[in-house]
Amino acid sequence: MIEHFVTPPQWEWYIVWYFFLGGIAGGVYALGAILRLMGDERDAPVARLAFLLSLPVLAVCPVLLTLDLGRPLRFWHMMIDSRTFGLNFKYWSPMSVGVWVLLIFSVFAFVSFLEALASLRSGRPPFLRGGLARAFVTVGAVFGLFLAGYTGVLLSVSNQPIWSDTWALGALFLASGLSVAAATLSLVTRLGRHEQSSEAKLTRADRYFIILELALLVVFFVSLGAAGSRFLAPRWVALWVAVLIGTLVPLALHLSTQRRVPAMLAAVLTLVGGLALRMVVVFGAQM
Amino acid sequence: MARTVGFFTDTTLCIGCKACEVACKEWNQLPGHAPEFGDGYDNTTQLDEQNWRHVQFHERTTAKGGVAWSMMSDVCKHCALASCMEVCPTNAIIRTEFDTVYIQPNVCNGCRDCIAACPYHVIGFDEASGLARKCTFCYDRLQANLTPACAKACPTESIKFGDLTTMKEVAGARLNQLRGQGMSEARLYGDTEYGGLHALFLLTDKPEVYGLPPTESAVLPSRNNARGYLGTLVTAALGLVGAVFAFRERGGKE
Ligand code: SF4
Ligand code: SF4
Repeated sequence: MIEHFVTPPQWEWYIVWYFFLGGIAGGVYALGAILRLMGDERDAPVARLAFLLSLPVLAVCPVLLTLDLGRPLRFWHMMIDSRTFGLNFKYWSPMSVGVWVLLIFSVFAFVSFLEALASLRSGRPPFLRGGLARAFVTVGAVFGLFLAGYTGVLLSVSNQPIWSDTWALGALFLASGLSVAAATLSLVTRLGRHEQSSEAKLTRADRYFIILELALLVVFFVSLGAAGSRFLAPRWVALWVAVLIGTLVPLALHLSTQRRVPAMLAAVLTLVGGLALRMVVVFGAQM
Repeated sequence: MARTVGFFTDTTLCIGCKACEVACKEWNQLPGHAPEFGDGYDNTTQLDEQNWRHVQFHERTTAKGGVAWSMMSDVCKHCALASCMEVCPTNAIIRTEFDTVYIQPNVCNGCRDCIAACPYHVIGFDEASGLARKCTFCYDRLQANLTPACAKACPTESIKFGDLTTMKEVAGARLNQLRGQGMSEARLYGDTEYGGLHALFLLTDKPEVYGLPPTESAVLPSRNNARGYLGTLVTAALGLVGAVFAFRERGGKE
């Protein structure tokens, strides 16, 4: 087992919320793209809703990241070398990669948002049609998925015990991000009483995502091995229980009923579980 | 004048006087934290944004049942392959003309990625300036051809300063001398770890006792890039298959 002596970086609530909201923004966009590419015309309203949701959630992310800096006004140093004014990009540093992905994904989220907004009135997407539109949302979805998952890799590419002792954090955050995104979308859909068939599709997708997340939780603990014993302290156990409730209960509800209230409860529990997961991983390794 | 400098800290000579800590704070204008009193003489407790030198105190039982005290003045290792420098997204952390590792205070934006990367618990976050701070190897003094403040102040020459190659020779000779005197537990740390440290230590116990990762643990953060992204990619593929499968099924089937 690798033994390091690391000072915790004091990444706290801003970062936890960024990880959570980044997962939603990226995941929701990806789901919207899949619905648009694979679904039929009855799915169009939910695909549009996904693009309408992604951008506002995404907009909060850079604000959180900037506020977390010791010198917020120097946020641009992440992208531009303040001494040479050349570009800063280090493919081997996920923080550097993530900043660029966030920027590029914003462009996709912005365009898709405008399109969704315009098509609310006209009923048809205004600027992007046919193959171009499909290509656009596909590339956007790749960046969205990256945003939902790289945050786990960012934690791993360190020498912090727990984070750097596993390779499964990126995978785990992505699976959880997808599940949380499906829950967000189905929650908002049900609040707005959209098409019944799209809701069923979201619920079915979320079942897969939850199963994937549960499998990755097992992989995460197996890959941690003895290092995982840190999570045995009562306060972390409590959060892990929240994670389990946020996965197992929604899964059971999804499997047993299609009714509106239990489905909304499942979505809320999924969101709480997703937040708890990021809390326990971020705080648990540092305290 | 470009040169490759190094420290050699010989723990067998350290008397725990903390002259190095004080000299460092004086020169670098570090006010320090309020002292914390535990059960020993160590009221500095750790390296951080205020403590760029930290004298550790270790008590241990010897083979003959007596108590041995060993002290070690810890410092940034100015690693040849520096974990902190590897992850820093702003390129605030640079290698100077003296082959030392320096955080440029006018570039750092306080993201703290370097803090989670340093395996030697060196860097601290300074709330007042919003910057990550650590030992500069007295960059300003080096530029003026002066010895770093800690090495200058050390009364027993436990901290030696010079060209890295000279330091390696001195360290090797000292190790042979102590081994020759029957001190079989004496060992050198820093020759190979992270491409060779610019702060070598002569220890009388396992590195972990002094908060130094064992040699086989001296690995860089970037080791986790490929497998981390690969796991994420596989998950993306699995998630996608699941979503496509779910979205393709006909609505009324269940
Ligand atoms: S000891 Fe830590 S802070 Fe110093 S150069 Fe090495 S990684 Fe960087
Ligand atoms: S805190 Fe400063 S020196 Fe450390 S990684 Fe961030 S920008 Fe670089």
